[in-house]
Amino acid sequence: MSTAVSQTWYMTQRQLMVFVRQPAYLLITLIQPVVWLFLFGSLFKKVVELGGFGTTSYLDYLVPGVVVMSALSSNMWAGMTTLDEIQRGTLDRFLTTPVSRAALMNGNVVNNGVVTALQSVVIVLLGLLGGADYPGGLGGVAVLVVASVLLGTVFGALSNALGMLVRERESIIGINTFLLLPLTFLSSAFMAPSQMPGWMRHIADFNPLDWAMVAGRSAMSEHPDWGDVFGRGGGLLALAVVSVWLSIRTFRSYQRSV
Amino acid sequence: MSTTRAPAIEARRLTKTYPGDVTALSGMDVTVATGTVLGLLGPNGAGKSTTVKILTTLARPDSGSATVAGHDVRRHPDRVRRAIGVVAQNSGADPVATGRENLRLQGRLYGLKGAALSRRVDDLLDRFTLADAANRQVKTYSGGMRRRLDVALGLVHRPEVLFLDEPTTGLDPQARTAMWDEIARLAGDEGLTVLLTTHHLEEADRLAERIAIVDRGRVVVEGTPDGLKGELRGDAVHVELREAVGEAGRTLLSGALTALPGVHEALFDGRRVSVRADDGAGAVPALLGALERAGVGVASATVARPSLDDVYLRYAGRRYSEADAQSAQDLAVAGGVR
Repeated sequence: MSTAVSQTWYMTQRQLMVFVRQPAYLLITLIQPVVWLFLFGSLFKKVVELGGFGTTSYLDYLVPGVVVMSALSSNMWAGMTTLDEIQRGTLDRFLTTPVSRAALMNGNVVNNGVVTALQSVVIVLLGLLGGADYPGGLGGVAVLVVASVLLGTVFGALSNALGMLVRERESIIGINTFLLLPLTFLSSAFMAPSQMPGWMRHIADFNPLDWAMVAGRSAMSEHPDWGDVFGRGGGLLALAVVSVWLSIRTFRSYQRSV
Repeated sequence: MSTTRAPAIEARRLTKTYPGDVTALSGMDVTVATGTVLGLLGPNGAGKSTTVKILTTLARPDSGSATVAGHDVRRHPDRVRRAIGVVAQNSGADPVATGRENLRLQGRLYGLKGAALSRRVDDLLDRFTLADAANRQVKTYSGGMRRRLDVALGLVHRPEVLFLDEPTTGLDPQARTAMWDEIARLAGDEGLTVLLTTHHLEEADRLAERIAIVDRGRVVVEGTPDGLKGELRGDAVHVELREAVGEAGRTLLSGALTALPGVHEALFDGRRVSVRADDGAGAVPALLGALERAGVGVASATVARPSLDDVYLRYAGRRYSEADAQSAQDLAVAGGVR
């Protein structure tokens, strides 16, 4: 293994351990999606009767929505961890060692990706348990997981950049609470596009959250539209690359400001 | 080890200004001979931490040059990083990981692995009396244990040069004494070069072979603790006046006091006058007489051997405790600006 790769692994391992060693945190991350599934599942149960959902069971439609929403809500707090590490002096400690600077950033991205993938799979399994049907099979589920990991990477990287830039928890909390619900409801998370008001549908077209849902739902349907899948997926990938690049830039400017 | 006796640390005319026109360094010169301990002594905000950040490759100077262990900090930061160990002010140990895990990760970052890594980690845990707590999460550690772990983290790869930034801040007196013993041992037995920053006069006096007094971003004087104190010949007589005297009065009084036999110097600092005299106790009656003739009321007078505080007053032009309080106030005013 090359040095940068093994160092990335050490950094990832370190962060995954934090996740595993804090059972309360782990539990909440897993319980919250369950709450969403059952809350929204019961509340909107009859909404499928309006048509346009491509299924007769609302749960089938809801699972990808909750997967993507959870990917967003767990990754948008990444900046808090980074902020903690800055304030605790951990980041500076690493920066005075010969560790590859890329490994420091990659560790964040890989860790967030692993956690998001895990969370997504658990939600899909919970849905299955609740009677959801995934006609697209394993391949479809894999696309949904990849799409939510990419979306998580976008928001995780942006959140990290914000943390390094503003260096205060309040800003991250403020922006996150401001964004989470509008981003979720301005997408096809809970409602079929054909049932949304026209202006909302247009906004949703530019919402990366919606891209992840469209890609995932299409791949999980009986007759996937691969154009949709690759189009939206490609968009997410491009956005993820740009966000990571941006967070690396902010990281450099953090180093200059020390 | 190395055949050259070049200084382990050599910094020349370092300057650094932070956004918001906060001048941290204004021509900082530091030289530390290989295998010695230098104490950078000064109040908070004097520029000690900024100097350490530059020498440990965390920050870049606006101008000036520095080499550490023979490597230029700007051109070869990677080589510098391999040669140095850093114990920063903030602990930086991962609170969720155990002491052992923290040490193992740190060792891996320097390329240690396998049996060599395990051996080194065990040695350090033993040596810093952390063996019993090795498998406990760091968040359960006491302040003293955390600090010992921090020092162990800085030593994992057997560095040539160790930076200790305020190593005993926040420790209770007992833990502080234990840490002092440990640092003295490091410097003595292992021939490590140590740059120590502190705002405790006592700490610098006790640990450092040479002391550089830092004020407002540069070194105002450097020497051995005894040499610095010895430069202030005789005793120090501290006289507390009933009220402060004005600028004109000071010049007049200073002239009158130093005209007395055996009196060398009179420094004013608010209501306090510090007088250097060959024989402190013998000079007191004459001093009090002179002050009385000048019509200045005296609240108290004490005689003492010169301390580093007197050295500080002499070279920085203000008393140490006052400079410390002033910088704390400046920091509060500056708010978020660092």
